[in-house]
Amino acid sequence: MSVERLRCRECGAEVPVGPVYVCEICLGPLEAVYDLEALRGLRLRERIEAGPRTLWRYADLLPVAHDPAIDLSAGFTPLVPAPHLGESLGLRWLYVKNDAVNPTWSFKDRAVEIGTATARRFGFEVLACASTGNLANSVAAHAARAGMRACVFVPAGIERGKILASAVYGPTVVEVDGDYDAVNRLCAEIAEEHSWAFLNVNLRPFYGEGGKTLAFEVAEQLGWRAPDAVVVPIASGNLLAKIHRGFQEMTELGLISEAHTRIHGAQPEGCSPVATAFQDGTDRIRPVRPKTIAHSLAIGAPADGRYAIAAARATDGRIEAAAEDEIVEGIELLARTEGIFTETAGGVTVAVLRKLARIGAIDPDDVTVAYITGMGLKTQEALEGALPPSVRIAATLRSFEEAALVHAT
Amino acid sequence: MATVRIPTPMRRYTNGERVTTVSAGTLAGAIEELGGRYPGLADRLVDGSGQLHQFVNVFVNNQDVRLLEGLATPLDDRAEISIIPAMAGGCGGICVSTPYGR
Repeated sequence: MSVERLRCRECGAEVPVGPVYVCEICLGPLEAVYDLEALRGLRLRERIEAGPRTLWRYADLLPVAHDPAIDLSAGFTPLVPAPHLGESLGLRWLYVKNDAVNPTWSFKDRAVEIGTATARRFGFEVLACASTGNLANSVAAHAARAGMRACVFVPAGIERGKILASAVYGPTVVEVDGDYDAVNRLCAEIAEEHSWAFLNVNLRPFYGEGGKTLAFEVAEQLGWRAPDAVVVPIASGNLLAKIHRGFQEMTELGLISEAHTRIHGAQPEGCSPVATAFQDGTDRIRPVRPKTIAHSLAIGAPADGRYAIAAARATDGRIEAAAEDEIVEGIELLARTEGIFTETAGGVTVAVLRKLARIGAIDPDDVTVAYITGMGLKTQEALEGALPPSVRIAATLRSFEEAALVHAT
Repeated sequence: MATVRIPTPMRRYTNGERVTTVSAGTLAGAIEELGGRYPGLADRLVDGSGQLHQFVNVFVNNQDVRLLEGLATPLDDRAEISIIPAMAGGCGGICVSTPYGR
């Protein structure tokens, strides 16, 4: 449904919809307000099942109407049983939500389809974002699809694959000297002065709703039931909070019976302010200067960190961190056991999943879902030197036989 | 005089002013000075316990003050203070009741 009002999460003040994200009274975050009674009157499950095999099947639960002009068919990605990875971790009912299978190969396409439709609703001509790479790729692609101009801001020095996968769509790519937090601050300042649709700044109340669809899909794909445990990577913390909220909304709307999903969070040790605050028993995040190969999770001052902590605590989940070498091991483990090549953020998720299984935070019989949010070819640098070299031979049978490959394992 | 950039949602307190200046030597002093000049503004920046509000990020010379000395961060004549609302998305949405737990 197209929402018409935004409400402050903290003080409850309401304003008409528009490209605003901060409450003028208390500076709390603004959120979309849905007509719950109208939704309860719909036969939601049937409407969803009759919908397209994209995130727009949940259009009733999204803040903006489907806009075919910007639709790259994001979402409804595979929920893959992961028996081999499960066996190696001692988990009998493990699934991978493979969100690398998206138009620009990351979960960001979900938020960007909603944000771009919203930008068109509000009449913007330029799409923009602060990004560690994946969001920029998605914004550039959707702007191309929509015939809009795009200007994407990324920290200088991110992976070349992520620069290239933005540049090909024809946006202006701005590499900013500084880390993501500096880019984010700059974009907030630009958004104050120029009328651009910064999807993750002034359209955040809409854009952020994309994360919910990762809960909706998993529950639907499990046969309209929530899993027992999920592991979610944390950058800003928004995705984890929205997945929690997604399961809750489905419960409240009667789409599933009550959810008891433990929501676990995963950060790289080189940027783990949320895991640290969680373990310290506080919700006050102390910013850090990130130093990790997991660039897409390298947000030193995560704005939704406290909401991620609240979601983990409310559901008996945990927030853990993975060391750099564990991240690379996680990438390789997922690839070798299940044939899914993820980026560093996915390596963090798998590494933390492994840790949670080892310490008994996930029960062997729990239906468990690991959210894999991006694809591996974008972060090839992380595997530099980690993989064995290929075998090189002459184009002769003899050379092949001499290489002793026939019985090699 | 240090300069202070005021974000849009706070300009209601500054009569629409985007930029102002302060003469204080620390961030805490600057906030006090702003509060004296623009009634209501200081309460938007610091909470009841005297800490910076969770939803406000303050930068001095483009550095997050939480990575500097917080409210004690010193200011010189060329200091540039930016006040930026945190870009939180919250966790609200369709439902307004409390989150489920176990």
